[in-house]
Amino acid sequence: MSGQLVVAQDLPWPPSVGDFYPPDVAGPWVTKFSIMIWIAVALLIIFFVAAYRKPKLVPGKGQWAAEAVYGLVRDNIAREQMGNAGIRFAPYLTVLFSFILLTNIFSIVPGLQISPNSHIAFPIVLAAISYVMYNYVGVRKHGLGKYLKQSLILPGVPWPMHFLLIPIEFLQNFVVRPVTLALRLFANMFAGHLLLLVFTVGGFVMLGSSSVFVQATSVFSFAMAIVMAFFEALVAVLQAYVFVTLSANYIGTSLADEH
Amino acid sequence: MYLAAEGAHNPILPIWQEMVVGTISFALLVFVLLKFVMPRMEAMYQARVDAIEGGIKRAEAAQAEANKLLEQYRAQLAEARTDAAKIRDDARADADGIRQDILAKAREESDRIIAAGKEQLAAERATIVRELRTEVGTIAVDLASKIVGESLADEARRKGTVDRFLSGLESTGAR
Repeated sequence: MSGQLVVAQDLPWPPSVGDFYPPDVAGPWVTKFSIMIWIAVALLIIFFVAAYRKPKLVPGKGQWAAEAVYGLVRDNIAREQMGNAGIRFAPYLTVLFSFILLTNIFSIVPGLQISPNSHIAFPIVLAAISYVMYNYVGVRKHGLGKYLKQSLILPGVPWPMHFLLIPIEFLQNFVVRPVTLALRLFANMFAGHLLLLVFTVGGFVMLGSSSVFVQATSVFSFAMAIVMAFFEALVAVLQAYVFVTLSANYIGTSLADEH
Repeated sequence: MYLAAEGAHNPILPIWQEMVVGTISFALLVFVLLKFVMPRMEAMYQARVDAIEGGIKRAEAAQAEANKLLEQYRAQLAEARTDAAKIRDDARADADGIRQDILAKAREESDRIIAAGKEQLAAERATIVRELRTEVGTIAVDLASKIVGESLADEARRKGTVDRFLSGLESTGAR
């Protein structure tokens, strides 16, 4: 039945994974996704460099916006998660935050309408950097042995419990953390795009139906698509915040002196 | 294989070219921003904190200074008031004393003048009375001698007749 509709309307219904892989623009290196990534990088560099070309004590609009992002990450994420020692990570976390935020917002930007982060390759890269970073920071601060001991051995536990706890802790700190970091961001953006597809494309499919009743119902589908677009904006900001906050938290636990 | 045949990619498997692109582009972004923008941003952040905290500190110092000055002025004012009151009191006391002195002196002077006048008056009166008495006696005796024809002068002087007469006159005059 749905096959008939697709044929009739030439719309990809139902939305599928294939929708996330548009044809390459020019070979595997120049795809819509890689172009979007370069656009995001260019926009961020232009924005920050322009805003901070001539910084003033009393900021202008652009400088104020750049500093608002930096201030949010510096005070509400870095210092919140790591204390005053974490402020030195604030610059990197700010870049990370603005990059994820901008690429997430692409999911509701007309013309782009999909987030690069719905391809797991990009979240994997970002999570890997955070993974390397928090382990490196921990090893450098405590030394490899002490860092591993701190990460794996819970203090104040009867020793036989360690047979159970050490594998769990290992899994937790060295496997689950980076994987969930990447998967969470990817899955949110993937699902968000899928939701938007379902309601927008679904609306068009209903509009193309032969039944007047189904055609009228398509209004709700479009309304839902609009609501979901706002929801997607919220998710975009939230996921950027969560990713950066968790990265900061992991670095913070590596820096901490106790488990 | 199934997915590839469908022309779709397993979304859980990353496309390695994308990972390369992501790594390079993000590394570029991080490099540029961390090198050229973020240090200045942190410096500006610190400068602003300094400026604000410094401003607050300066304001507090100025406030303290102003309070100190105010206290000082108040103390000085109070001191001046006490001084003025003291001077006024002193002046009033002085003036009182001076007035008392002057009054006393004046009273003394007037008393003295009055006393002197009275004395002089009394002395003059006594002199006049004395002179008058002799004169009246002489005149009376002369007149009587002329009338009687004989010299009564010695007799009258001897017996005090004239004095007695005059005393009688006085006493009737006084009555």
